[in-house]
Amino acid sequence: MSTVEHTPSESADAQKWVDVQASDDFAQLKHRLRKFVFPVSGLFLAWYLLYVLLADYAHGFMATKVVGNINVGLIFGLLQFVSTFVITTLYVRHANKNLDPLAEKLRGEIEGDGK
Amino acid sequence: MNESSPILNISIFGVFVLITLFVVIRASRNTKTAADYLAAGRAFTGPQNGIAIAGDYLSAASFLGIAGAIALNGYDGFLYSIGFLVAWLVALLLVAELLRNTGKYTMGDVLSFRMRQRPVRAAAATSTMAVSFFYLLAQMAGAGGLVALLLGITGTGGQALVIAVVGALMIAYVLIGGMKGTTWVQIIKAVLLIAGAAIMTVWVLGKYGFNLSGLLGAAVDNAPKAGEKLLGPGLQYGKTGTSKLDFLSLALALVLGTAGLPHILMRFYTVPTAKEARRSVVWAIWLIGIFYLFTLVLGYGAGALVGPDAINKAPGKANSAAPLLALELGGPILLGLIAAVAFATILAVVAGLTITASASFAHDIYANIIKKGAEEDKDSEVKVARITAIVIGLVSIGGGIIANGQNIAFLVALAFAVAASANLPTILYSLFWKRFNTSGALWSIYGGLAVTITLIVLSPAVSGTPTSMFKTVDFHLFPLSNPGIVSIPVAFLLGYLGTILSKEKADPLKQAEMEVRSLTGAGAEKAIAH
Repeated sequence: MSTVEHTPSESADAQKWVDVQASDDFAQLKHRLRKFVFPVSGLFLAWYLLYVLLADYAHGFMATKVVGNINVGLIFGLLQFVSTFVITTLYVRHANKNLDPLAEKLRGEIEGDGK
Repeated sequence: MNESSPILNISIFGVFVLITLFVVIRASRNTKTAADYLAAGRAFTGPQNGIAIAGDYLSAASFLGIAGAIALNGYDGFLYSIGFLVAWLVALLLVAELLRNTGKYTMGDVLSFRMRQRPVRAAAATSTMAVSFFYLLAQMAGAGGLVALLLGITGTGGQALVIAVVGALMIAYVLIGGMKGTTWVQIIKAVLLIAGAAIMTVWVLGKYGFNLSGLLGAAVDNAPKAGEKLLGPGLQYGKTGTSKLDFLSLALALVLGTAGLPHILMRFYTVPTAKEARRSVVWAIWLIGIFYLFTLVLGYGAGALVGPDAINKAPGKANSAAPLLALELGGPILLGLIAAVAFATILAVVAGLTITASASFAHDIYANIIKKGAEEDKDSEVKVARITAIVIGLVSIGGGIIANGQNIAFLVALAFAVAASANLPTILYSLFWKRFNTSGALWSIYGGLAVTITLIVLSPAVSGTPTSMFKTVDFHLFPLSNPGIVSIPVAFLLGYLGTILSKEKADPLKQAEMEVRSLTGAGAEKAIAH
């Protein structure tokens, strides 16, 4: 059980994790995950921050009416909803296609060795 | 026109309690082991857990608070919804799956994985308790105001009694049902809440020919004081440079707090795999997003149909906007239904928080620190969790009675600020930064906690202004109500400094194990088949 302190059998087991960590497949999996989640996280946080700063410091711009009583601020706010839904969908597609098969393969290799 | 009927409200709520108690008792029949009690046997599906997450997340502050804020402050209330929703991307992209793969029952499992167990678990349990406690107080304090409106109980003694009844019910749910029963309560409540909000939204829009612009115009016409300002940002936070900065600080705490809320993190352990954890977040994001779109309509609808003056005169003020709108639309019966849903919301969220805090005590402190892992997964762990649930329940009843009448949104924002400062930096560092070590984790958790709470105590929210907790004394030294803009960067910095300034080397074997397990799911806790 990994959540308790080191035990002798665990130390013997530990090399296995290091080997997997050093493997090409694992490097590829890690690369694919980080290549997606880091830039996208930066992007949506920047987009959110832009929105917050506009709402905070550009009242006139945000209150500009576009159609009827619908103003720029409301459209910007609703676009935050849209971007959240879009990113969610894109990530799920990326994970299903590019992450899960590799993760399952590695998992099979690790758990297959009589653990 | 219509009158609220306390007897009708109580009856509808009583039916809800009976149905959920029945479900909880049925769900508890298979609860035998610690994994059953604390993680529902990891047997919920992604969609089920996603609905339950929505149930956990859409607290009274979300429903009553945001609708009321939009009704009175217009656009500025909408900003809460956006922060609360966008925050889920942090959980989806960076935390949920990796956490599911490495942990077992608590946040402490993940944070202490490759660190020295006892100090890090103690720190994780401390901040879990702190966040849960503030969140609990907010919910219980909200119960008092709601009761005043819905049951016509205005005396402090009567309200205290109702808070005690709510607390006792919640203890019963947690004791009997454990995580499985609590999850079912969340699911039932989420379905009722979202359905109720959907019906009211369609109803309000129908009154304005499904024309959003027409609804907004009517809200402006009915708010002579705010007028056109209701539609743009700045009504609440735009007055001074300080209040603008305060808004920025709140926005940061909201977006970074969610992925550090222990009761949300714990929900990821109730599903069998990381893939199901991902599915549950996706369900939660859609449900929560759609719900917040409803609150936009409900808020402006309350402004248009009930009016800010009537809302301000009602007991509970902003929090009564949604119930008053229900009364206006569908009379006493719809009010009774919405009131029961609002009560159910408080009850379910409080139960979720209680099981999280008691799990953290039983698993991190009792099983792993006091008993050094020897009692892990034993019956005694469950027994300690049950006893802790009773203690936490009693403390939160007491706290709720004392905090009755406090500003709910303030208390919830406080919980988010603590979660974003004390928990999130450590979670992200331990998942993504190889060199991160025990000393960094401790600096970040305790440092983040200390800075956040100190700044809150010294803030105008606590003393010195007419809306403060203590109005008559003034010891506020920090100008902002929400500490996030200072405390979050400081906590990240402390985690970094604590790591590079200590001579301790990160354990490379445990780091390898944690990284491989977090990404592949190898060796992750499996579902229990009954």
